[in-house]
Amino acid sequence: MTSTTSAAPATAQRARPAGGRRGQSLLDTKRQWWGWLFLAPFTVVFVLFLLVPLGYAFWLSLHTKGIATGGESVFTGVANYVRVFTDADFLSGMARVGRFVLVMVPIQIGLAVAIALVLDTLATRLSKASRLLVFVPYAIPAVIGALMWGFLYSPRFGPANDVFGLFGLAAPDFLSRDLVFGSLVNIVTWQWVGYYMIIVYAALRAIDPSVYEAARLDGAGNRAIAFRIKIPMIASSMVMIVVFALIGTLQFFTEPTVLRSVAQGAIPTTYTPNMYAYSMAFSYSQFNYASTIAFALGILVFIGSYVFLYATRKQSGLK
Amino acid sequence: MRRGLRRAVAATAAGLAGLSLAACAPGDDAGPAGNTSCTNEITKPDATRVTLWAWYPAVEQIVDTFNAQHDDVQICWTNAGQGADEYGKFSTALEAGTGAPDVIQLESEILPTYTILDGLADLAPYGAAALEDQFPAGAWSDVSSGGSVFAVPVDGGPVGMLYRADIFSTYGVEPPTTWDEFAQAAQDLRDAGYDGYITNYATNGGAFNYALFAQAGWAPFAYDPARRDQIGIDVDTPEARHVLSYWEDLIDRGLVSSDDAFTSDYNTSLVDGSYAVYIAAAWGPGYLEGLSDADSGAEWKAAPLPQWDPANPVQVNQGGSALAVTSQATDPEAAATVAMELFDDEETWKIGVEDAGLFPLWNLALDAPWFTDRRYPFFGGQQVNRDVFLDAAAQYPGFTFSPFQVYAYDRQTMALYDMVEGDSTAADALATIQDSLVRYAEQQGFTVR
Repeated sequence: MTSTTSAAPATAQRARPAGGRRGQSLLDTKRQWWGWLFLAPFTVVFVLFLLVPLGYAFWLSLHTKGIATGGESVFTGVANYVRVFTDADFLSGMARVGRFVLVMVPIQIGLAVAIALVLDTLATRLSKASRLLVFVPYAIPAVIGALMWGFLYSPRFGPANDVFGLFGLAAPDFLSRDLVFGSLVNIVTWQWVGYYMIIVYAALRAIDPSVYEAARLDGAGNRAIAFRIKIPMIASSMVMIVVFALIGTLQFFTEPTVLRSVAQGAIPTTYTPNMYAYSMAFSYSQFNYASTIAFALGILVFIGSYVFLYATRKQSGLK
Repeated sequence: MRRGLRRAVAATAAGLAGLSLAACAPGDDAGPAGNTSCTNEITKPDATRVTLWAWYPAVEQIVDTFNAQHDDVQICWTNAGQGADEYGKFSTALEAGTGAPDVIQLESEILPTYTILDGLADLAPYGAAALEDQFPAGAWSDVSSGGSVFAVPVDGGPVGMLYRADIFSTYGVEPPTTWDEFAQAAQDLRDAGYDGYITNYATNGGAFNYALFAQAGWAPFAYDPARRDQIGIDVDTPEARHVLSYWEDLIDRGLVSSDDAFTSDYNTSLVDGSYAVYIAAAWGPGYLEGLSDADSGAEWKAAPLPQWDPANPVQVNQGGSALAVTSQATDPEAAATVAMELFDDEETWKIGVEDAGLFPLWNLALDAPWFTDRRYPFFGGQQVNRDVFLDAAAQYPGFTFSPFQVYAYDRQTMALYDMVEGDSTAADALATIQDSLVRYAEQQGFTVR
């Protein structure tokens, strides 16, 4: 798919003759106007709801408005950025989402690939049902999912006490400081594995089965086919879902925010950089600094994604 | 080139996604502005319309009563959320310059947060200063400063001790009247076989923890709205250390739990016998009555808050609210009328007390026999106002809050949670709070004294 789209304009360019440039360019200009017309609906939305707010937020991040200084907005340049990158709350939040990336992304991707590989080799009715069942959590809105898990984790209303009680044990407190990390990993994994699984599964289905036949003739077993053929052939999809997971995790917000309503001590307002930005803006009226936090996070997410895409450029087919 | 572009686009998209939060910061308009939809029905469409955000229970009846009594002004009421939810919307509206209501219900602890942002109108020019003698002195000092009046007090939260008389009598323990007795009672209940906790100390109970500190004479902030660039921050005091060490000790000994407040688990614990005592403001009983899964044999009684020094009792307040006129009010005079007159008659206060469970901060209601002698079925017919809350309200001296109270509460929760988790001590916790507040105040441009 990648090769066809990029090939088309290349041929068109080559076909353009050197002579008669004037007539061509007039036609080109006309074409361009039509192009803009077709692009207009998207462009208007893009500019109005993305570029303009982004620009405004950036402008905010370069200004400072202390509550004691009469609400006057002063241009302070990069001062807010200096502050954010030396802010212990921001840095500890970044470190925490970093840990989430290290733990959560491999678990999610590993599970998604494993399930997709199993489902790909099965051709029974059961496999269709399982595919749906694994996918269903993704169809549940994140907030509802997190609320639901909040109740499941509750020491009083959750089932944990009953389950552990069967073995004569006391259930751990899933919302305590030590366990809330794992509890959040669990929620996110439950929610997203199905989604990643579907992407991997679709990529697997797109592989020509004759490749497997050839491999079998060469004496490859099921395991060899899975690890030597299937996974390398879907590498670009894998890179894509890792990027999704990476960005989503660095921006971690919804689940901890919802769980915070039942664990305000274990999940402080500075738990993740996004939550910190949110409370700065909407709890403390610090819109300038909140914009700075959001931009700083954006920069780090950009760097993280870029480094990852660069490191995997061979696998993803970007090179 | 093309590949490079694609890569750049992919990475840019990644970066942009991270910034989407910044994008939604300023433009988010909060709720109804001007004369949009009202939750109540307005029967006199020609009168001046005043929008109101409020979360009182039974507020619709109260608004209807006001609208029936007035022909020139009509209230258009919306519930924009309780406490923090409403404050978030109001702050955003102030930043945006539009979208705030004309009149807003605020807790008195949050008033300095908005006066410093010029979010509230001074009501003195509209005759509010003359109302001073209608309210208890402490309540009035919470809403006024110098010659300015930033809100009209409505309901208060004088603090008392609600306890389970059945639990205390079952285990043969006397309800405590001092904090020393309270600690002893906690141990006695445990020794007698009670498997719950005498009470809960919630690390996220911002205003509640302030009230407990204040009882020992803690005055953490010195702030005068007339001098906005100056603030005194004195959180880490011997009084606060004394109070916090007291609770730290009870928690360490396993006699007091440290569950988060306002969660479903906590609500159930309040009424199912897990806690023997609920130290609560006057609105607490109304809160308890609304909870499910209650112990059927529960016998609640109210008693005055335990004292540090019984010879010099100190009363405190937690919560309660006032009505303020916002700086965005289209007709400040009409808005001031609403703020001053919404709760200025007995008919309204009977609804407020009987249906909404409010504790009035209006002397005519506080002195009225129907209020002072009211028997509460929840307390087995006890006259809790006469026994507990009237004294507490009358003796409450007022309290100075900071102009960044939400931040102060959040920092307190973080530090206290570290303490109950055993990562720090009471003294460390207070020092941490002190440091973070001083740093924050300096970043905001205050001269910290």
